[in-house]
Amino acid sequence: MPRWRMPTCASAALAAAGLLLSGCANPSVGSANDDPTKPVTLKFWHGWSTPGEVKAVNDSIDRFEKLHPNIKVKATGNVSDETVNQALRAGGDKAPDVVSSFTTNNVGQYCDSGMWADLDPFMKKTGLDKRKVFPKTLLDYTSYRGNQCALPLLADAYGMYYNKDAYKKAGIERPPRTMSEFKKVAKKLTVRSGRNSYKQVGYLPNFRFYQNSPDRLFAQWGPQYFDSEGNSRLAEEPKTYQFFKTARQLAAAQGGFDDLERFRLTFGDEMSTQNAFLTGKVAMHLDGEWRGLMLDEAKAKFDWGVAPLPVPDDQADTYGRGFITGTVAGIAHSSKHQNAAWELVRFLTADTKQVVNFANAIHNVPSTFAALKSPDLDADPTFRTFFDILRNKHSKALPPSVNGGAYVVSLGDFSYAVEAGRVGDLRGRLKKLDEQIDADTLQSKS
Amino acid sequence: MALSLSNPARRRLRTLGFLSPWLVGFSVFFAYPLIATVYFSFMHYNQIKEPTFVGLRNWKYVFDQMPLFGPALWNTLWLVVIMVAVRVVFGLSLGLLITKIKTGAGFFRTAFYLPYLAPPVAATVAFVFLLNPGTGPVNEILDAVGISGPNWFNDPDTAKPSLVLLSLWGIGDLMVIFMASLLDVPKEQYEAADLDGAGAWAKFRYVTWPAITPIVMFAVVTGVVQTMQYYTQALVAGKVASGVNIGPGSVIQPGYPDHSTLTVPQLVYQMGFQNFNTGAACVLSLVLFAIAMAVTLLLMRKRSGLLSAED
Repeated sequence: MPRWRMPTCASAALAAAGLLLSGCANPSVGSANDDPTKPVTLKFWHGWSTPGEVKAVNDSIDRFEKLHPNIKVKATGNVSDETVNQALRAGGDKAPDVVSSFTTNNVGQYCDSGMWADLDPFMKKTGLDKRKVFPKTLLDYTSYRGNQCALPLLADAYGMYYNKDAYKKAGIERPPRTMSEFKKVAKKLTVRSGRNSYKQVGYLPNFRFYQNSPDRLFAQWGPQYFDSEGNSRLAEEPKTYQFFKTARQLAAAQGGFDDLERFRLTFGDEMSTQNAFLTGKVAMHLDGEWRGLMLDEAKAKFDWGVAPLPVPDDQADTYGRGFITGTVAGIAHSSKHQNAAWELVRFLTADTKQVVNFANAIHNVPSTFAALKSPDLDADPTFRTFFDILRNKHSKALPPSVNGGAYVVSLGDFSYAVEAGRVGDLRGRLKKLDEQIDADTLQSKS
Repeated sequence: MALSLSNPARRRLRTLGFLSPWLVGFSVFFAYPLIATVYFSFMHYNQIKEPTFVGLRNWKYVFDQMPLFGPALWNTLWLVVIMVAVRVVFGLSLGLLITKIKTGAGFFRTAFYLPYLAPPVAATVAFVFLLNPGTGPVNEILDAVGISGPNWFNDPDTAKPSLVLLSLWGIGDLMVIFMASLLDVPKEQYEAADLDGAGAWAKFRYVTWPAITPIVMFAVVTGVVQTMQYYTQALVAGKVASGVNIGPGSVIQPGYPDHSTLTVPQLVYQMGFQNFNTGAACVLSLVLFAIAMAVTLLLMRKRSGLLSAED
């Protein structure tokens, strides 16, 4: 090959590679130019999977299709966030139009990346005043820096289930309200069997136990995760130290982390009839409102009750608070039928009758003001305890972040090390954790 | 009309024609992904918005600010060294034993080969169940004879060795390869060694080993490359053993317990497909590629050295 041709060919090859690569970096873009009154079929992906839940979703869709005869909805259940993410990145005709997620953790990521469409223009167009419809905490966890890319589709509030029979046996009159009461009651309810095992544990504080992830118990202290500039401030937050101290004390009062962890490994699956609370292995249990329905369906062999989780002694006036999260729904950025998709999102999230029916069917907390006041809502007092937790002004949701739940995962990892007693210099390690969370956040920014 | 071999241009064209299926495959499945990975390692790209150039930020992040990179790399290399070595030794030992067995060899061949056919996820779930420290039959048997069993997949010290045990359970493929090579060793060489008065060890050292060295090297090289990509079993074992709810929406750090089973491929998946951090995922992939390439080249050089020494 003549010499002059070499650089020419190399340049051409590089240019071609560049074009090819930049071409790959163009995901399909949707539009909101569709007419929502024209016939269309929407694809709706959600995470519900049990027969009862799927029936409730399908009933909701039937109701929607009666109201909007021109819109057909094809629902796909048991879809994880990862599957949704990959489909939305790929785009194309197979990708969903309406999407939902069981966690609020990733909302910041969805809004910031543009993966879920901004819903404010749709709300403006159809006259929905979000502040009048949804509680503020729920609006906070469905938006990121002013971009409301999701809306709450029922909420989850966390409280404490307790075994009334075990209480009676141990001579305990009422659920504990403060952390010091909590430790005493947990100890009283703990029954050993042999040297390093248990017949019953009062309250299992281990962070890998079912829903007992650290962020949920930590909500009882009302922590502030980030400062006004978005920097992690766990090391500066005095509540972090109190939280870890209490968690360790709870474990120590019942025999220590190692024994409790070994006992945890004997538990059955959380969503099965071998659930440790249902089988009486734990007497007090942090869980969401859906558990009540599951306990009824499984015909629990003991009398049970529900109460808010205890609060720190120095914040006794906040008793009644709890951790708040929920399912969120939005419109895929790649959807070509965004106006029609909005009709479905609006129906599922803001139509009072629909929200009440759906909440009753799957035993989740309604997520609108009107639905929470509705006389048609299930009157079961144990269920209603969670409405009060949701409405409590001290209740906390996790703040959205640009990299989704990455900081929650980092906090979780750190908490596992603390509970196992592998963190000597808590302050120093918390500072490093803050640095890590900030580095991860920076890395995710454009 | 037939091409004239004397014309060098035509000859080159014909060669290229024969090579073209490979060239297309190489370009599409190797060169292009490699160039794209290098390109995206210098970009901030969340797979939705346009990529933006960030220089060495992703590289700096992986090497300076990602605390899990160290443990993941360590675990991957640990598995490469220990798992490959143990698998080769065990596979070879099994092959030797079964080729020596006079009766029931067929039964043992089948018994050791069958687990290899089990899908990796099912095999891993079954293994985690067997080794559950609280309810698993293995620890119950150990308890019955007065031994306090370990926590297996639930202890950072025993989680990786448990994965090695799991890999030994599916040793069937390697065993069959070794058996084929062992049966291929010329019988007359053993007879000659017998005449020289060689014992079992001497026969293995001076007859069997030189004959099967290329197969051992093949097992090591493919083992290293496969273990560099170790993902499914570690992920499933960690998730199942942790007992944490893994339903839709749950965010779980792989590597339970305490990152002891976290491998670089898991980290690549987490970065690229959970955190939308394509740049960092590409850096990790390139590091893995570089290590795999270096180790393979080293082993190939060693292999050619061994083969030329035989000559």
